[in-house]
Amino acid sequence: MRAGNLQLDTYGRLKHFLAIEGLSRSLLIQILDNAERFAPLGDRAVKKVPLLRGKTVANLFFEPSTRTRTTFDLAAKRLSADVLNLNIEASSTKKGESLADTLRNLEAMQCDMFVVRHQTSGAADFIARQVAPHISVINGGDGRHEHPTQAMLDVFTIRRLKQRFDRLKVAIVGDVAHSRVARSEIHALRILGVPEIRVVGPKTLIPPAIEAMGVQAFHTLEAGIKGVDVVMMLRLQQERMQSALLPSAHEYFREYGLTPARLKLAHKYAIVMHPGPINRGVEIDSAVADGVQSVILQQVTYGIAVRMAVMAMVMGTQALSGSDVDSH
Amino acid sequence: MSIAIKLSQGRVLDPASDLDEITDVYIQGGNIAAIGRAPRGFKAQREYRLEGLILTPGFVDLGCHLREPGFEHKATIASEARAAVRAGFTALCCTPDTDPILDNPSVVQHIQQRAMAARGAQVLCLGALTVGLKGEVLTEMHALRAAGCVGVTNLDRTIMDTAVLKHALAYAASAGLTVFLHSEDYWLGRGHLHEGATSTRLGVPGIPSAAEIIGVHRDLTLVADTGVRAHFCRLSCGASLPPIAAARRAGIAVTADTSILNLLYSIDDIDDFDANFHLRPPLRSHGDRRALRAGVNKRAIDAFSAYHEPHDADAKAAPFALTEPGASTLDTFLPALLDLVAQNAFDLKTALIAASLAPNQILGRAGGRIAVGAPADLCAFDQNHSWRVATASLASAGKNNPALGSEVTGRNRLTLVGGTVMYDGWQE
Repeated sequence: MRAGNLQLDTYGRLKHFLAIEGLSRSLLIQILDNAERFAPLGDRAVKKVPLLRGKTVANLFFEPSTRTRTTFDLAAKRLSADVLNLNIEASSTKKGESLADTLRNLEAMQCDMFVVRHQTSGAADFIARQVAPHISVINGGDGRHEHPTQAMLDVFTIRRLKQRFDRLKVAIVGDVAHSRVARSEIHALRILGVPEIRVVGPKTLIPPAIEAMGVQAFHTLEAGIKGVDVVMMLRLQQERMQSALLPSAHEYFREYGLTPARLKLAHKYAIVMHPGPINRGVEIDSAVADGVQSVILQQVTYGIAVRMAVMAMVMGTQALSGSDVDSH
Repeated sequence: MSIAIKLSQGRVLDPASDLDEITDVYIQGGNIAAIGRAPRGFKAQREYRLEGLILTPGFVDLGCHLREPGFEHKATIASEARAAVRAGFTALCCTPDTDPILDNPSVVQHIQQRAMAARGAQVLCLGALTVGLKGEVLTEMHALRAAGCVGVTNLDRTIMDTAVLKHALAYAASAGLTVFLHSEDYWLGRGHLHEGATSTRLGVPGIPSAAEIIGVHRDLTLVADTGVRAHFCRLSCGASLPPIAAARRAGIAVTADTSILNLLYSIDDIDDFDANFHLRPPLRSHGDRRALRAGVNKRAIDAFSAYHEPHDADAKAAPFALTEPGASTLDTFLPALLDLVAQNAFDLKTALIAASLAPNQILGRAGGRIAVGAPADLCAFDQNHSWRVATASLASAGKNNPALGSEVTGRNRLTLVGGTVMYDGWQE
């Protein structure tokens, strides 16, 4: 019921990066364009730019993560920020400190930006409402809700390889119900104009009324990936592999695992993506994961540039010119 | 205690007798002594001029979480009983989820003493159906009844063992107590938002309508089996109404209510993670809301209630699913009721029956009428006064009101409980 987009300042600029939902196409394009400028930095001998020099970024991970935290860490360091990595799951909350108190303590340490990963949907939104006005919050994944930087690096990868969005067919395959990546992905693809988005999985892993998000649901992999240009595989969490949702990892792979034979049903130049970490032989065959159509490792590389772009933008240094990158 | 009072020139609206006219009401000995003309020898010790106000029977909350004993950091009996009379309530049913649990007569007595001292709305105790609300051992229901409990309930702590539930209902029947049922299947009820497009979009675990529908069917079957007098609380689904209507047609003694919030809002009113909308049962679909409104209109739903759940700020200061469910609703109950009437959900007369006469009848009380000899449990309100809902404008200790920040219309000015003026808006 609260009006306005918390993510934007009064001039419509990105203040926090909490969710893809509610952002404009032009803002997403701006993030992608800025990321393009940062992308070549990785190949340089000196990989740093001074955009966030003197700023302190706190990585608050209430839930374990390797990849996301590492790429945020790298992105912040390449922007010359000071980085604080806090594995909060193992510290304060176990001692009974409330989330609000943890935040107040970190504010007292004069941080400028929080990158937050939390197991509960809405955590990043909550934190953005709690923090002092000078602090920016970036959502590194909240529960099943959103993982907006992952979606941006995925669409960055797609744009690099497919150039345009307006003729694409994309299939998101797997545990959509519990996936924050899927939700952010759906919003990003829709905003960027992808005309056909499909979600594929057994009924237990496709959430109710998902069609309201503008996608079509398929319950067999063969029908779901037929003719698509992009196959996005989702990770199947260990705890779901044998539960009331699925009988076994084995049966899941038999019905929904992406094998070379099934990939042939997609467009012949289709790319295969995965947010990682992959479960070989559960959702994806090694021959596909390591095959020519797989862009999984490129996604990781691009993740750094995309996160640099977002961090620079929320700190108000989005007026990035080519020379900022070129001169260093 | 109670003095002779003349309430003059209010628009007296008594839905039970279809009375709707500007006239005078005379109060003596705690009861309504006369309407229109003063009784012989009546000498008013106080007179209240009610021009421009509507005088009606006071509201009753069928499930108010008073938080005392045990949770005084959220609210106290005094704070909420006072907030209640300010909002036009004359009686509140105190829920048994106190600490210690309201499952024995000593807790009942403690609450009654505190309520007496509060000088607010009358507090009626709902005892626990099972010891500690644990769903295992029956409470001493005869003793609870003797101590003054108006009913028993296990709240939303679903009794999973159906044999225990059946015995509890049968025992309540023999103790002559009404059972207040919050029907919900435990396993399907563990989410935080109505299951559908919004829960999917926000990634918040959903509660399907099936959770309530299964619960209603299960509980109705056992109510019919045991012959207990049952009241279904806080229905949120349109599909819960047909089985209840069918049971009534079959002659089974059941009544039902819904929460004012489920009438006012639907899941479509939630577009972010505002924890003040974290409710149990949740706000359902637009179609459910329409069916509930129609249910009140056709009296398929007897009553609607505030289901006031005040919380401290910390209880709501967390990501949505980690916050405690419930909303503080007493202060904005009258504006919500008037809003529903303005939206043509039902007329004012129907609304007043559902908010006052029906809850009184469900509780076996004489109130809810403006008639000679009826208890003088009354309120007089200004239906046109607009005000902004802000934490400072709420009398309840719980500031977790979903209407915060909005402009609402309707302000209570005077409340009498048992013929005594318990709230006088002109003194405020």
